[in-house]
Amino acid sequence: MEKYLYIALFAPLVSSLFAALFTATPKKQFVGIVASLLIFTAFVASSILLTHVLSGEEVVHVELMTWMATGNLYIPFGFVVDQVSVTMMMVVTLVSTIVHIYAIGYMDHDSGFNRFFSYLSAFVFSMMILVMSDNFAGLFIGWEGVGLCSWLLIGFWFHKESATWAANEAFIMNRIADLGMLIGIFLVYWNTGTLQYDGAFAAFANLDHATLTWIGIFLFIGAMGKSAQFPLHTWLADAMEGPTPVSALIHAATMVTAGVYLVVRSNELYALIPNVGLFIASLGAFVAIFAATMALVNRDIKRVVAYSTLSQLGYMFAAAGLGAYWVALFHLMAHAFFKALLFLGAGNVMHAMHDELDPFKMGGLGKVMKGTMIMMTLASVALAGIFPLAGFFSKDLILEVAFVDHHFIIYSVLLLTAGLTAFYSFRIIALIFHGEDRHTALGHHPHEAYKFMLIAMSPLLILAIIAGFTMKMPFFEMVTELLPATEYHIHSHLTYWIMTIGTQAFVLLSIFFAYKKYMSSNVKIPDGTSKMENSFMYKLLINQYYIPYAYEEYLVKPYKELSTVLWEQVDKKIVDASVDGIANIFYSTGVNTRHMQSGNLSTMLKWMVAGTVALLSLAVVFGLAARYSGEITTILSGLGV
Amino acid sequence: MMEIGLNHYLVLSTILFAIGLIGVMRRKNLLMLFFATEILLNAVNVGFAAISHYYGDLTGQMFAFFVIAIAASELAVGLGLLIVWHKRHGTIDLDTMSSMRG
Amino acid sequence: MFEAVAFYLFAFLTITMFYITVTTAQALYALSALAAGMIFISAFFFILGADFLGAVQIIVYTGAVMALYAFGMMFFDTTREVKEKNGNKYIVVGLSVLAAVMIVAIFSAPIISTNMQAFYPMIEGAGNTQMVGMVLFTKYLVPFEVAAIMLLVAMVAGIVLAGKKMDLSLTLLNAEEIQEIEDEKNKKVLS
Repeated sequence: MEKYLYIALFAPLVSSLFAALFTATPKKQFVGIVASLLIFTAFVASSILLTHVLSGEEVVHVELMTWMATGNLYIPFGFVVDQVSVTMMMVVTLVSTIVHIYAIGYMDHDSGFNRFFSYLSAFVFSMMILVMSDNFAGLFIGWEGVGLCSWLLIGFWFHKESATWAANEAFIMNRIADLGMLIGIFLVYWNTGTLQYDGAFAAFANLDHATLTWIGIFLFIGAMGKSAQFPLHTWLADAMEGPTPVSALIHAATMVTAGVYLVVRSNELYALIPNVGLFIASLGAFVAIFAATMALVNRDIKRVVAYSTLSQLGYMFAAAGLGAYWVALFHLMAHAFFKALLFLGAGNVMHAMHDELDPFKMGGLGKVMKGTMIMMTLASVALAGIFPLAGFFSKDLILEVAFVDHHFIIYSVLLLTAGLTAFYSFRIIALIFHGEDRHTALGHHPHEAYKFMLIAMSPLLILAIIAGFTMKMPFFEMVTELLPATEYHIHSHLTYWIMTIGTQAFVLLSIFFAYKKYMSSNVKIPDGTSKMENSFMYKLLINQYYIPYAYEEYLVKPYKELSTVLWEQVDKKIVDASVDGIANIFYSTGVNTRHMQSGNLSTMLKWMVAGTVALLSLAVVFGLAARYSGEITTILSGLGV
Repeated sequence: MMEIGLNHYLVLSTILFAIGLIGVMRRKNLLMLFFATEILLNAVNVGFAAISHYYGDLTGQMFAFFVIAIAASELAVGLGLLIVWHKRHGTIDLDTMSSMRG
Repeated sequence: MFEAVAFYLFAFLTITMFYITVTTAQALYALSALAAGMIFISAFFFILGADFLGAVQIIVYTGAVMALYAFGMMFFDTTREVKEKNGNKYIVVGLSVLAAVMIVAIFSAPIISTNMQAFYPMIEGAGNTQMVGMVLFTKYLVPFEVAAIMLLVAMVAGIVLAGKKMDLSLTLLNAEEIQEIEDEKNKKVLS
């Protein structure tokens, strides 16, 4: 089985390196095909590992080589394929395979075609390291690797100012969070003496509560950054500047869920500190509704989907925080399928509309883009959580968890969010595919994407439909071998049915409302004059609660001013001045002593005598020092030298 | 004061040496420079002879002999060079010898 | 008593003579003062019992060296006053005095002056010249011979350097021939 582990791990690396060979050359179709094939190989290997794990045999645990061995610190390049990581591997390799194939069509006309595949495969490799590592150090390597690839890919169109800005924002925000993560890892090592998961988790039981709380908080700060939780959420929406396949792979399905993976992986830690878990759940619920409200009014389809991702990540954290780790992981998986599908569909729309992102400028696209319309609608249905699609089984489960655990505030917040989710999802569906044709007037002539792109998307569609009812129980049985097997059943059947039907009805009502509002023929391109657009709420939401503004105003600007002051006062006047001063001493010494070399013999004779005097004085000094060496030693020892 | 010891000779030697040094530094005429070097050598000779006397050792005197021999040969070669130089440039002023300018 | 008087007298004379040598503007004065100073130096040798050294000093310096200088000076225009531009006088004097003080300090330091031992002690009952001869031709035979060769080499070098074109006298040449020599010299400089 180790063979397959290595294949799954290194096929993406090979793919990345292979594509990297052609980065400087013009577009080559086969680069994309080879990269896709290699990622597919990784997917196949992961599937074989999945069957191995499903068959209930031992987990595959290998140690590739020793990485660090200094003193008590021993960190190997160890990889483990257990129930949790194999789930992540399946999600990562499946979505990446699809995204790779899709990108062959999507990046068709891009001059950076080869480079794109190199970055994308490098991302998959980093993600595989992240999920497969058997210790925190390896996790951190993957963690930074995906951060780097995310930076590269958001800023893929680096000639665009906004893209580079977004890339840097994402990178810097992640650095802030990674500092917390590093501190958490240091604390783990400091207190347990090991970074191996099994060793560290075994040692946690003996630690006192405060230490565990700190470890939990710092690790969660890392997760917050990677999963874009409040207050580090702003980068995710801006990251939509990257190519759409990147958004689908990195900013919906895989990388942003790394934070959830970390919490799930550290479940033994968070089980010991339920108050931190409750905080995580509350924050998750807050982010869920917070992001959903922002998605309500946004006029950029990719950003709407990004906010929806944020909202769903909130759900996952809510579940994980309440101790329902397998539910969180299940929602992670289901979400990866339909959210990637949604993104890829949005990519099709974007392509058709020549990078136009405002849904108000579309309308009626359903006529020409039937395939995309069906896929996106089904993905939205799945996202909204309508029976029997994937979202129903995963998302409603989270609601049940909150209800059963008697966290009714979290429950009601999540329930409300479910309604909002349905509303904004179908708002963009309605605006894009239905209603009046508003794009022809703007000179757009949309066309359907390549057929193979649609075919590539179809596995996601199938999974988005069936993942819920076919995979829930096998998944539960598999992961609960590792995770706490808590089944959530509402005791009273009546309550259960009221809740389920009530939720469904609420969601359907939201969908109906969205269609009614945005399919009507009087939808116009907003021009800032309507009453709603001038209301306080709308302004608050469209400006993302003024949080980016506040960051800019109260963090970035003061920091910049401080940096300027430090640069001008400290760096220039102290650091530079001292360095320059040292250099100037030598320079001026040279300039001044140059006159010695006048070639005049008389001057030379004078210098010769001066040198003689210097040597003689040295002789006197050393003579005296030799004579009085005893006294000098006494004095120096008295001074403490 | 009336008893002349080694230190008296050494002080005399250093005074003469200092005079020689002054000459070496301030003379610009090459011939005068040679005179100054003779003074230096003689000052050292006085010191050697005095040490030789007060320590009852002949080595000092031997050294003085060799110093004289060296002074004589230096003079022969130096004067020859000086004459060549004067023939070529018409002057023996040190300030005109600046071909070694860096 | 006699020794002290002689020492101070000759010390005064020597210093005066050498001082004149290094300060006077007249080359002839300097030469004469130097010759006188050499003779007075030999007086110290006699006082110190180094008779042979004193004799050598007079013969070599005052006889040979001074004669050489006198001949050498004939090549140069010695009637003219020696004009010398001098920079800072204090630097010159200061450096010299400092050097002298350092040397005195070093020699008067007890660490040196007390630890001396005679390698070749004076031999009782023998005259200075005899002793010098015994040491010079036994222990210092090789340096002595080397010094002899060195003197020979110096003599040859002096003759070769100074004796070039000795037969060429500008006073015996007419104007055209002098011009020719000048031209040749210029050519050499230019090339």
